[in-house]
Amino acid sequence: MARIESEIGKPQGGFSKWINDRFPLLDTIRYHATEYYASKNFNFWYVFGVLALTVLVIQLVTGIFLTMNYKPSAEDAFASIEYIMRDVDFGWLIRYMHSTGASFFFIVVYLHMFRAMLYGSYKSPRELIWIIGMLIFFVLMAEAFAGYLLPWGNMSYWGAQVIISLFGAIPFVGDALVEFIKGDYSISDITLNRFFALHVVALPLALIGLVFVHIVALHHVGSNNPDGIEIKEHKGPDGAPLDGVAFHPYHTSKDLVAIIVFLMVFFFVVFFAPTMGGYFLEHANFDPANTKATPEHIAPVWYFTPYYAILRAVPNKLWGAILMASAVLLPMFLPWLDRSRVKSIRYRGWIYRIALGLFAVSFLALGWLGLQPATGVYVTFARVFSILYFAFFLLMPYYTTIDKTKPVPERVVYHG
Amino acid sequence: MVDAYSRVVAIVAAILLLAAGAAGAQQLEEVELVPAKNDPGNVASLQRGARNFMNYCSGCHSAKYVRYNVIARDLMLQEQQVIENLMFNAEKTFETIEASMPSDAAERWFGRQPPDLSLIARSRGTDYIYNFLRGFYLDPESPTGVDNRFLPNTAMPNVLWRLQGYQKAVYEPADAASGGVPKFSHFESVTTGALSAEDFDAFVRDTVNFLEYISEPVRATRRVLGVWVLIFLGFFFIVAKMLKNQIWKDVS
Repeated sequence: MARIESEIGKPQGGFSKWINDRFPLLDTIRYHATEYYASKNFNFWYVFGVLALTVLVIQLVTGIFLTMNYKPSAEDAFASIEYIMRDVDFGWLIRYMHSTGASFFFIVVYLHMFRAMLYGSYKSPRELIWIIGMLIFFVLMAEAFAGYLLPWGNMSYWGAQVIISLFGAIPFVGDALVEFIKGDYSISDITLNRFFALHVVALPLALIGLVFVHIVALHHVGSNNPDGIEIKEHKGPDGAPLDGVAFHPYHTSKDLVAIIVFLMVFFFVVFFAPTMGGYFLEHANFDPANTKATPEHIAPVWYFTPYYAILRAVPNKLWGAILMASAVLLPMFLPWLDRSRVKSIRYRGWIYRIALGLFAVSFLALGWLGLQPATGVYVTFARVFSILYFAFFLLMPYYTTIDKTKPVPERVVYHG
Repeated sequence: MVDAYSRVVAIVAAILLLAAGAAGAQQLEEVELVPAKNDPGNVASLQRGARNFMNYCSGCHSAKYVRYNVIARDLMLQEQQVIENLMFNAEKTFETIEASMPSDAAERWFGRQPPDLSLIARSRGTDYIYNFLRGFYLDPESPTGVDNRFLPNTAMPNVLWRLQGYQKAVYEPADAASGGVPKFSHFESVTTGALSAEDFDAFVRDTVNFLEYISEPVRATRRVLGVWVLIFLGFFFIVAKMLKNQIWKDVS
């Protein structure tokens, strides 16, 4: 007792008070963690946000270490990657983590986006979170594309050649634009240097900024849940939502388990299948860039192939490019295309369920078709699935209006 | 506008060419590859492969990312053994494998620089190389006297002819089903080499094995480390799961 009394006599707070008088540290921790309430019934689909953040950290850290030994010049780039793979201590691990991380970034982000479609997370009041998320997705695509040129392998070179040439299809300004992007008349050392600048400085800055804003907006309105119910509408006497639990320690402890499971899958690939049979690291990219030798079969890395398949399904290049760009942009309008009164698929009718199922199948099928040669029956299938892909979005205002929804319960469903 | 139109035509033509190329690539894949069945874990085979590589390949081909001292370490050889038996044109063991043939001479003799072989097993695959090295056959029209079934019109001569002997390609007669093109049937030995067919296949397998090793020297290391990382994560998972259950036990 005596000890405590003697302490009461002293000024309270100490270092913590000193900090909090000058910076809202405790308030921030409360607002974003210990008093940020999210629904207790999150399921499997709700882990991909934090996993995307995990991969972002992996990419940033491994990227920094790669930059220490990578040489962004057409002369040295390919050799410097092999130097990292062979001579730098644990360089191979850093490089495989970075290359595997690129693919896992897209796996995780695609599943994260699909979660939003399952449970209507993009609907009011979360439209802006969705739009910011789509902007993150666009920057991520640019980041991946710029990064893919850096090893200066033959597929890096020819893949970039094909994609950049798409801009040439734009009437009037196409040629000038292609030259502007390349900084040269062909893909060269200059192109490699500017892609390096974009990949390691400009785009990561944009990415981090957008991710920050994405989370600020999310914590402002609160997370959705598998029932699509606003938990803030039922608060207890302490002002906390009855169906919510604090982000920390509840969701953090749950997310930690998810992160470890994810890392087990991730590191299994890194250590035992880093090329993933040519899907994560393509065979042709183990040949240095060669302006005179086109790889037998140019295909972008798997995460771009759904869009690539749409591009090739159209016989006209300009229209192919327009449709491809539309396919990437269209999901941004989901909050307004979707007219359903309920958010979650749990309370939607059969029409939306079938539509979403067909969309998922089409996306996967297009991804597979984008890896196949653009001939005969492959093109026919790519056309069918492209039509289904666009129909999902363009017919949405109609079918979500007529779809019979089920009554939404007052409180979230939780089985403990 | 005419310019824009012609560009679109050129681009469409390019896409069609790419498609045709891809279709061609598919046909190329129809050439059946015998599996190499090499084992990068077999150090004795890798040692023999290193000997084969330095004696038969490195005259013309470099492996410019591969250092002699790394080979010594991974193949369990003394550096002195490497210096005496494998290093023909290098001074120090940290040097990389350079081709003995000068590059300007290579251009003059073969029309092109023979490719660096550091990563050939990763870009082409071991099965392909195994078949390629066994796939030379007599072709009087070729400047080197041979062609290769797996890389038609190759500039590479059959450097293993002393071991393998020469073989010729035997075709099935052209018929309607094959579209009037004679179909490859099998190889037939013309002269016998220093090695029997089985020993020659083993020789090529060892060489391919070494090529797979140099394409990724860290392969064995990463597999060993990977097991430990997964075991660690497995334990970490159990602890994290128990922590989660403890924290969530009162949530109803």
